[in-house]
Amino acid sequence: MKAARSKLIVLAALAVSLGVSLISPHLDPYFLDVVLGIGINIILAVSLNLINGHTGQFSLGHAGFMAVGAYLSAALTSFLAPKLIGAMPGSATAQAFFFAALLAGGLGAALAGLLVGIPSLRLRGDYLAIVTLGFGEIIRVILQNMESVGGASGLHNIPQHTSFFWTFGLAAIAVYVIVSLVNSTYGRGFIAVRDDEVAAAAMGINPTRYKVTAFVIGAFWAGIAGGLYAHLKSSLNPTGFDFMRSIEIVVIVILGGMGNTTGVIIAAVLLTLLPVGLRELPTLTFSLAGKQIDLVWKELQMVIYALFIIAMMLLRPQGLFTWTPRKKTDE
Amino acid sequence: MTEALQQLVNGLALGSIYALIALGYTMVYGVLRFINFAHGDVFMLGAFAGLFLYPLTGRQPSIGGAVLVLALAMAVCAAIGILIERLAYRPLRERPRLNVLITAIGVSLLIEYGGQHQAMLGKDPRTFPDLLPVAKLSIGGAVFSSHELVVLGLTLLLLIALRFVVLKTRMGMAMRAVSFNPQAAALMGVNINVVISFTFGLGSALAAAGGILYAMNYPSIEPLMGVMPGLKAFVAAVLGGIGSLPGAALGGLVLGIIETLIKATRWSNYADAVAFAVLILILLFRPSGLLGKTEIEKV
Repeated sequence: MKAARSKLIVLAALAVSLGVSLISPHLDPYFLDVVLGIGINIILAVSLNLINGHTGQFSLGHAGFMAVGAYLSAALTSFLAPKLIGAMPGSATAQAFFFAALLAGGLGAALAGLLVGIPSLRLRGDYLAIVTLGFGEIIRVILQNMESVGGASGLHNIPQHTSFFWTFGLAAIAVYVIVSLVNSTYGRGFIAVRDDEVAAAAMGINPTRYKVTAFVIGAFWAGIAGGLYAHLKSSLNPTGFDFMRSIEIVVIVILGGMGNTTGVIIAAVLLTLLPVGLRELPTLTFSLAGKQIDLVWKELQMVIYALFIIAMMLLRPQGLFTWTPRKKTDE
Repeated sequence: MTEALQQLVNGLALGSIYALIALGYTMVYGVLRFINFAHGDVFMLGAFAGLFLYPLTGRQPSIGGAVLVLALAMAVCAAIGILIERLAYRPLRERPRLNVLITAIGVSLLIEYGGQHQAMLGKDPRTFPDLLPVAKLSIGGAVFSSHELVVLGLTLLLLIALRFVVLKTRMGMAMRAVSFNPQAAALMGVNINVVISFTFGLGSALAAAGGILYAMNYPSIEPLMGVMPGLKAFVAAVLGGIGSLPGAALGGLVLGIIETLIKATRWSNYADAVAFAVLILILLFRPSGLLGKTEIEKV
């Protein structure tokens, strides 16, 4: 019953996103850009939530997986598509090719996730965090030195295929897949590994396999989100996928509550709107010790993130939208 | 040969700075078992403290002035380190370790991006003044800056001082006891809070010294300058075996030399990635590090 209902919800979401997609040319482009950004962040946050929240493996390299998907799919649609199908923007063939490129980007990122997952077999907590951070940085440095995809100057003129339909259709599928996975009999293993790895292993669960699975699936969806991002912004730069990008996704997951999918989706919406809102706030000017200080709100975005992180950990570690605190055991 | 000698000295100078920062990571890890992400930012604050204290020297490069600035900057950063622990980490002492790590990331971002605001340190790089007279020395055809030798000498001095503190003083004994078993140490009458504060102060003072030495060699300082050296020093601490003081020093030197050698080849663009590759390899093949002890996991 429940499964049938959630399938219906996904179908409804797909239909609605197709409908909105048809009217989207009439919407304000800036508004559309923000809304699609929300969809992309939902995919990123829900997929990171599988790794960080449900499986309890703290990853700081999600932007790296996103970069792999973004560059791979962008390279396919920019370099390969014109040779294979010619330049036919908007045609069904181009759309189908875009979907295939997204999938390829996701698979490439999943492969990267497999590579990160393997060292995670031996590492816990803070070590794993640093290794994933390192992987993210390695991917960025490699991309910066890969001249075939633009190197440090970035990749430009990527066809703008990302539409409301693709973004929210895929976001609905991502949420559906991850929620169903975690709620399935198999998926309970993720939570068991998070809550007590040793006890889970004693119960016949293979923690290694679960951790790697979480990384691979999480990375796959990050790659898809990266592909959507590339074909939304139409240009990519390796510096856009640095540590700070990973932190933005981590902040969403912490704010929403690790392991709480609904909370994470709400947080993704709120935190995507935060920079937009900050841009609208007026600049405050005051003088301090004879020096004039301009308080430009959008420059304070990272400071606000930092305060969010500290305040959440001190006051509400279970997340803003988790009402029943779950008992967490230390390793 | 000359080239090799030159690179070796450069590598040792860079490695000494990594070693000074790595010691702070490893000491904090020893007593609290978590990575103090904000440690690289204390290093940055050390360099800025040096910049702001510079007028005290009468704006003349001199040995006395340099010692004064160094000592004061170390004291300032020790206070900052103790304050960070008191405000952000201590309330989380009984919580899962991961929460403390996340808080540390938050503190680090707060210092970096708060520092970038024009009301604080500002975004633009500033020039670090010459604290000491500089001379060019030529040994066997290789040319060094006297600063590099100062870095090596001072690091050695600080390492000896640290060894004395940890091995010969009561506080050092308490630190080792807490690191070995906090509960047992507390039962033996060791005041854990004082020991932890002292550890943060000591580590932060060393990071400040590293910051000033780094700024003397690379005299352009800005609020994000601590990020990469901080991460690399952490890699150095893991490379040497986290929790081990000689290991941190050795790891720092090894990493500094590896990085300098890579920079001398055509792979120089990858120098930043190499540190992380070293980390991944060491964790895969020898997770306890070069000098670390293997810990047995107890259920």
